[in-house]
Amino acid sequence: MHRARHLTGWLQAAPLALILLTFLVLPIITIVIVSFWRATEFSIIPAFVFDNYVFFFTSSVTYKVFFATFKYAAITWALTLTIGFTVAYFLAFHIRSLQLQIGLFLLCTIPFWTSNIIRMISWIPFLGRNGIANSTLISWGVIDQPLEWLLFSDFSVILAFVHLYTLFMVVPIFNTMMRIDRSLMEAARDAGASDWQTLWNVIVPLCKPGIMIGTIFVVTLVMGDFITVRFMSGSQKANVGRLISNDIALLQYPSASATAVVLLCTVLIVIAILLRFVDIRKEL
Amino acid sequence: MEPRPRSFYVLAVFFALFLLFLYGPIVTISILSFQGPQGGLTFPMNGVSTYWFHDLFRQQAVGDIWGSFRRSLALGLMVMITTVVVSVLAGMAFRKRFAGAGILFYLTIASLVIPSILISLGVGLIFSQLGFTVHWATSGFGAQLTWTLPFGLLIMFAVFNRFDKSYEEAARDQGATNWQTIRHVVLPIIAPSLIGVALFGFTLSYDEFARTLLTAGSYNTLPLEVFGMTTNVTSPVIYALGTLTTLFSFAIIGVFLLSAWVMARRRARQGSDAGKGV
Repeated sequence: MHRARHLTGWLQAAPLALILLTFLVLPIITIVIVSFWRATEFSIIPAFVFDNYVFFFTSSVTYKVFFATFKYAAITWALTLTIGFTVAYFLAFHIRSLQLQIGLFLLCTIPFWTSNIIRMISWIPFLGRNGIANSTLISWGVIDQPLEWLLFSDFSVILAFVHLYTLFMVVPIFNTMMRIDRSLMEAARDAGASDWQTLWNVIVPLCKPGIMIGTIFVVTLVMGDFITVRFMSGSQKANVGRLISNDIALLQYPSASATAVVLLCTVLIVIAILLRFVDIRKEL
Repeated sequence: MEPRPRSFYVLAVFFALFLLFLYGPIVTISILSFQGPQGGLTFPMNGVSTYWFHDLFRQQAVGDIWGSFRRSLALGLMVMITTVVVSVLAGMAFRKRFAGAGILFYLTIASLVIPSILISLGVGLIFSQLGFTVHWATSGFGAQLTWTLPFGLLIMFAVFNRFDKSYEEAARDQGATNWQTIRHVVLPIIAPSLIGVALFGFTLSYDEFARTLLTAGSYNTLPLEVFGMTTNVTSPVIYALGTLTTLFSFAIIGVFLLSAWVMARRRARQGSDAGKGV
């Protein structure tokens, strides 16, 4: 009986396990192996050398780029959390009809199912030198010269991150908010708590799991990104993902692999820290 | 009803601004895609025309858009079907708490949070070392599944966490076999959620970029083609393409949401099918 249960379980889980083994575990193992290989300009040669890591850790670029990666992650996290929490709070506690709630929630999530590339491209007419932002500000007399830092800058990179990833905060936080027992809030109010006190001492603590899940999504997406930084900075800014993709473009696979291994370890450490605060399976 | 507090209006304005932030840019490029033939990448509008949409249909101003669209469509359907089937099976497996479930769960989460470029690089390396050629329907297909399956599985967890086991027990008490229970009780109950899994499977594949980049081979999918265009096309034709493919996405989302809604309505109307037999 017991064995039969395990057996059916295994059979049903087998396709998932097989796909993840082939396209997740094996690729990572390959990357780890190749990170110890040597490269010439045209080919990669099996070896066991630490050159790639030595180069990586002794290059001053590495630390600058790692700093930039953490900077993007931290700023994007703070902004998406603030915006996402506010939006979720409005939907969960201020909209009274369930239908409207679902409708507005869908409106927030629909862009998730459209193309990120197109969503990035769609910022160009806003941010360009002669774009909508600059011409509006000039016509209002706020500035005389077009602002140069709107497009192809840290500003545009972070703007795009916030635009793309805020809904990864909205969805889990909204989900935890909808499960908060409304009588807790009434109790807080009856006990004399102000709106702010209720928010800070009742709602925020109860939303922690949702905040954590959103944080894991946003932080890992931003840290692993390379295309948003490349496109929105016009190739003028770099993060770790771009180091990897540049190496790939130059066919320097061992070097790209070493960087990838370090990036993976960094991301896993960050997640391990975040997971101490939340049990994901309980929150679904 | 009690009157709205002042915070409601402040937050409502904030929410409206958020929606503007979310949809404003895409609305802007859809307006700009109707630029006249001499129009540029930003306002002012230089006349109004459908010139740039026609440009898309002209062979080869701009790469192989329609070929890449067909490939993305085919790949999206492949990924969608695989994601639904594999997620449902795995969701059922996890209910049985089989040995090793914990590891597989963490592997799935890892698949979700791993930087996409690692999948791209790793799968590409494996294929080149084994002497296989990367192709969107093989390596690209597998690489995309590492992105869609975690979403599928998480949805199945959410579904089965809310699943009332007494329906299954009732079926079994009536003498239904395992397969009959699944076929006539479990699957019909979870069917509307499967539409959700399918929606994720298709759209995430259709828009996937980073994991497909090094695994699609010489034939681009649509997002890769669009990205290629950004480096060498500086006319509103790229807005026209963006508008069309976003409209297509909206249509797909609409179809999925509508069918989920219809299914839920029909179920509410029919209620129990007791006595109708199976």
